[in-house]
Amino acid sequence: MKKPLEGILVIDFSQYLSGPSASLRLADLGARVIKVEKPVSGDMGRQLYCSNVIMNGESSMFHAINRNKQSYVADMKSAQEREKVYTLIAKADVLLHNFRPGVADKLGIDFDTIQSINSNIVYAELTGYGKEGVWKNKPGLDLLLQSVSGLTQLNGNDGAGPVPIGLAVIDILSGAHLAQGILACLYRKLTTGKGGKVEVSMLESALEYQFESVTCFFRDGGQPTERPKTNSAHAYLGAPYGVYKTKNGNIALAMGSIPFIGELLGCLELLNYPEVDSWFSQRDEIKGILANHLKTKDTKEWLAVLEPADIWCAEIMDWKTLFDKEAFKILEMVQKVQMSDGYGYETTRCPIQINGAWLKSEKGSPILGEHTEKINTEFA
Amino acid sequence: MLPLEGITVLEFAQFMAGPSAGLKMADLGARVIKIERPRTGEAGRQIALKNLFIDESSMVFHTANRNKQSYAANLKDANDLERVKKLIAQADVMTHNFRPGVMEKIGLDYDTVHSINPKIIYGVVSGYGPVGPWAKKPGQDLLIQSLSGFVNLSGNAEDNPTASGLATSDIFTGVHLVQGILAALISRTKTGKGAKIEVSLLESTLDIQFELLTTYLNDGNQLPKRVKKGSAHAYVAAPYGLYQTKDSYMAIALTPLDELVKAMGLSLPNQFLAKETWFTERDAIMDFLREHLIKETTQYWLDLFEPLDFRVSAVFDYKTILDHDAYKVLKMDQDVETSDGIIMKTTRCPIRIDGERIFSRKSAPKVGEDNGLIDNEFNLN
Repeated sequence: MKKPLEGILVIDFSQYLSGPSASLRLADLGARVIKVEKPVSGDMGRQLYCSNVIMNGESSMFHAINRNKQSYVADMKSAQEREKVYTLIAKADVLLHNFRPGVADKLGIDFDTIQSINSNIVYAELTGYGKEGVWKNKPGLDLLLQSVSGLTQLNGNDGAGPVPIGLAVIDILSGAHLAQGILACLYRKLTTGKGGKVEVSMLESALEYQFESVTCFFRDGGQPTERPKTNSAHAYLGAPYGVYKTKNGNIALAMGSIPFIGELLGCLELLNYPEVDSWFSQRDEIKGILANHLKTKDTKEWLAVLEPADIWCAEIMDWKTLFDKEAFKILEMVQKVQMSDGYGYETTRCPIQINGAWLKSEKGSPILGEHTEKINTEFA
Repeated sequence: MLPLEGITVLEFAQFMAGPSAGLKMADLGARVIKIERPRTGEAGRQIALKNLFIDESSMVFHTANRNKQSYAANLKDANDLERVKKLIAQADVMTHNFRPGVMEKIGLDYDTVHSINPKIIYGVVSGYGPVGPWAKKPGQDLLIQSLSGFVNLSGNAEDNPTASGLATSDIFTGVHLVQGILAALISRTKTGKGAKIEVSLLESTLDIQFELLTTYLNDGNQLPKRVKKGSAHAYVAAPYGLYQTKDSYMAIALTPLDELVKAMGLSLPNQFLAKETWFTERDAIMDFLREHLIKETTQYWLDLFEPLDFRVSAVFDYKTILDHDAYKVLKMDQDVETSDGIIMKTTRCPIRIDGERIFSRKSAPKVGEDNGLIDNEFNLN
């Protein structure tokens, strides 16, 4: 299958997760992505941003984020090597980086310089907090962005203190927004010849992620976020929305009519809440009743009465359970990739399907500087 | 000039995932027309947070559907369907999230639409993919978070599985839909051909776990373990997490434990000297840190750590962040105004193009608000 971005060349100076997750998406959509890395240490994500699992000398995270890319090593502080990189940039469609404000200027890859080398390039930069203002030099790490943006107030139960989301959701979302901006500008470049500049900050992405609850805060006169006392899955939604223990596991219930659910479950106390408004205003009470009742039987028994009635519910699964399901297997979500030294590993594929086909790639992550010589020859 | 100017998107999609994709394309310059059933419109108009409504539609609907137009059509009525087909013939993109089989029944499945307009990009959102045993199950955000393993990553060891308290699956699925559609538009400039783009909530929610799934797939399938207290990531070593201070909380991200402890004026206990223990002994290490961090205020610690460039921050609620200079300088909010003159404050598009923020005062439309205009402009009658 011909991939939609075939022929597009992306020069990627970004490190860690946010920017590299954007270039991974572009790579899976068919672009050629060249990581430009500093000598010796390379992308800081090779060493600093780690899980407890090291694969072939580097963290599992790095391998997940940087498959399907090439690696070119250059010391941007050396005039000679910088010139070589400029030769690459002159032929590129996209350049991206996620340096803190000021660093790109020092490395000679600021917007004006790049424009003078390649006037219709799509230039994309990702920062933590934007390039203006009091926080512009603060480190832009996912957990910090979750913490300052109000996001940790939305998860978990009332009284639990701040609860972050247990993965780097803001890195990934800001990277996804960067990819959106890049794609939109590539479209314009191809139709009008005009490239463009794309800027995304993690803070703006984190706030837009919460657009429903932030708008709610504006609308309700600035009421503090109040999470349900128990079984919380959303601070701004009424009962039954939440996760509940059953006799043998956990079940999630989304929106639904409380008396109707009460009838289905044989929980007569719930018939006392016919008013739709009460499902929000008395949600703690209702959730308490539900939680007590759902403990009495196995998840399967509850699903057997709720699902046929089209109540939105699901069994809580871990990855082992999910991976055994036929519905998961047919998605072929796991793919095997291989590095140039023969090291193979399993990872997930791109979630987008085009014309009925999945976008897969067998290429693993690059060894630092693996493609430097080849690229020098190719672009000389 | 916004990058998607000149692009027309027909949005049959309802609720959050599809409409959030339409909103992003609208902000990037596309013209987005919601195709809605007459009178009641899309089902998302009645989904409310805190029971808040702006007019006859909820605040949530208004948040995800600003900057769009509405064309009311009964797709089961032959005349209406004919008009919609004429509109499709002139559009660049259409999106829907009907369960499998529904568009076939209506006669707006991909093959039919493709024969009307071979250049169209046809975007489909489903819960679990178009085929398979779950294809007809309801694809709702919390349910997908629950069965994809996502809820096992957040919260502390003893907590219930903890969902993210916002529509994470919907939002990422919408983001991925936009990526696929834009890539197909790019490809169309060279091939002249349209494409079908499909995303599902399940695949998108697995995708955002890609680093952790890759870890799981290559470490002999060890399931994630949340720490006892202050949990922020099941796979990252101490000190990563949230800590209570004398007056509030503080986040500590990737910061070397030995340097942190030294800066606190303490010495790292012997049993934690080996770096491997920073992961394996996370709970004990975090206990040790907690015991000391609680003694001073958040500001005290920030003043100590920030000059050392440690990755730390305070923990804010909406009131604090939205009052903060660091927020105000972003100019992240905007007013939108309905055709009735009701004003709603909301967030803007997070992407800046050519150095400019993207604002739009246009609110969500009323059902069928633009029928007359669109009938005329596209010659539908």
